[in-house]
Amino acid sequence: MTLAQTPAPAAVGNPTLNIAIFAVFVAFTLVVVFRVSRSNKTASDYYAAGRAFSGPQNGVAIAGDYLSAASFLGIAGAIAVNGYDGFLFSIGFLVAWLVALLLVAELLRNTGKFTMGDVLSFRMRQRPVRAAAATSTLVVSFFYLVAQMAGAGALIALLLNIPNTDTLGQGIVIGIVGIIMITYVLVGGMKGTTWVQIIKATLLLVGAATITAWVLGRVGFNLSELLGQAVDKNPVLTDATGKPIKELGDTLLNPGLQYGATPTAKIDFVSLGLALVLGTAGLPHILMRFYTVPNAKEARRSVVWAIWLIGIFYLFTLVLGYGAAAIVDGGSSRIANAPGGTNSAAPLLAFQLGGEILLGIISAIAFATILAVVAGLTITASASFAHDFYANVIKRGETAPDSEVKVARRTAVVIGVIAIIAGILARNQNIAFLVALAFAVAASANLPTLLYSLFWKRFNTTGALFSIYGGLLICVVLIVFSPAVSGKPVNPATGRSASMVQGIDFHWFPLDNPGLVSIPASFLLGIIGTWIGRRRDPDAVAQHAEMEVRALTGAGSEKATVA
Amino acid sequence: MSLAGERPAEITQYQQVQASPEFIQLKRKLRNFIFPMSVAFLLWYLAYVLLATYAPAFMSTKVFGNINVGLIIGLSQFVTTFLITTLYVRYANRQLDPLSEHLRRQIEEAGL
Repeated sequence: MTLAQTPAPAAVGNPTLNIAIFAVFVAFTLVVVFRVSRSNKTASDYYAAGRAFSGPQNGVAIAGDYLSAASFLGIAGAIAVNGYDGFLFSIGFLVAWLVALLLVAELLRNTGKFTMGDVLSFRMRQRPVRAAAATSTLVVSFFYLVAQMAGAGALIALLLNIPNTDTLGQGIVIGIVGIIMITYVLVGGMKGTTWVQIIKATLLLVGAATITAWVLGRVGFNLSELLGQAVDKNPVLTDATGKPIKELGDTLLNPGLQYGATPTAKIDFVSLGLALVLGTAGLPHILMRFYTVPNAKEARRSVVWAIWLIGIFYLFTLVLGYGAAAIVDGGSSRIANAPGGTNSAAPLLAFQLGGEILLGIISAIAFATILAVVAGLTITASASFAHDFYANVIKRGETAPDSEVKVARRTAVVIGVIAIIAGILARNQNIAFLVALAFAVAASANLPTLLYSLFWKRFNTTGALFSIYGGLLICVVLIVFSPAVSGKPVNPATGRSASMVQGIDFHWFPLDNPGLVSIPASFLLGIIGTWIGRRRDPDAVAQHAEMEVRALTGAGSEKATVA
Repeated sequence: MSLAGERPAEITQYQQVQASPEFIQLKRKLRNFIFPMSVAFLLWYLAYVLLATYAPAFMSTKVFGNINVGLIIGLSQFVTTFLITTLYVRYANRQLDPLSEHLRRQIEEAGL
């Protein structure tokens, strides 16, 4: 999932064809968005699509939201170059859904309206808790957004043959992507955005299934044979000049190629694993999807659909990754040194198998993926700002729903513009670092508070604030002072450090991923805060009763507004 | 949002429901499933991560052809995830939904 900065050795495919296929996707989705959004009127329409999507529809849309460019291009690429260690990512990303299914989805649907802040503030003091929830939602969404937009830069380099050094050229493309995304959100609201996710997820799954079947067909549907070919083809990983970097061969099939080098790297991997499995159920754009269905039972069905689709997709990426290593001319080394780095594995494989046309289709799907995920993040962040912060913190709940939606739309434009600028600035950054940060923040700031408020009777406002702000702060501080930001050794081949900041070293925290420290700390802070803030509040018992009864039975939950 | 604001000293209707045997049964059935299952899958996942990190030699043992222990345990994480999902849906449909639907009807008829 890292982006190599090496210049393009040999570009593949036809940029005009790639753009044409992508333009067809954009035109088609815009028509759909305009058509479905005619009935958008109320806040519930804008934020939650009138709660009228079925479980299966929402499940496909969740898969669309979740299977970002990092999943599709990043994991396939990580497997192609780092073998088994790439596979570890997909397992964390999948198992994480059990947290959402068992502990969060249904109870959240029954107790909230639009945002995570709704659930947290149910039995706490509204204003401080909503402000905290909005803050962490914005921080998580921002890092996720930047990661996606940075991924767009890598894709542009690879697919449109615009090198990373051409800031203006890439900037224009990122700007166009951003403007299309803002259009989806402003015109379509949650309903339009959901349909974009459904279309994109369908294309992504069909595309990945096609290449998987193609790859497996070449080896007589024998996975062992495919693995053997990947091993035989890649005895050693070389850099762009052909100089060997490390042995591959049989180690492609074994854990430890990427994360097994040092004791610190091992602990770092455990930390990452924890953040992945606990982060998903705290991602705001995933949580918000549970409000687009009419009731808790449909929320459950949507998670079940999402788990099957996401799981099957990750099985495809296993074949895509090893397939790319085995089939692409030049194998793992060519992939690692291509423009866009390891992210190029799936596109290069598509080109090798089906030529320009298949590459064009896969490229368009990859672009669509970024577009759709960014749209989902933007609507979530704007909803949280407008609903939690503007309507309930600033206006103290005394605002017309119309003006709240107006604020949400304006916020969406602001977030879109920020995403474009950040995307241009972050083009050369490592997307793995940003995605891992988003997961770590979600797991540290959001999940503990969410679980406590759903399951722990004595949890109170002070506990929630300690857990959210404490988790957020610890997580971000540890990242800032981690080797991911500064202080990794300079690679003699490229003259650059693998860290985000070049030429200065201010790191003191040994791990790239803070999850191992920040997640337990946030759980602990929730307990400490609750203990400090304890007081006899006659309302607390009754509020807890109302929340628990409504969470488990669905009584009084928000109803669908359109049939 | 809460009735308690109007009459804090009294027992609210939600509290009455919360104390009812049917609700207590629903809550126990839910928690008896989701808590042990969550602990189980998290431990199983953690065991996998630790094995991959600290026992690479064991994970690299070939079982048949090029398929090694690591791949089999990795794929079995997929299998258990699908399995737990299916088990939970069956359990929820049979054990939880009838109870919660009955309670919800009662509450909504009571006009809360």
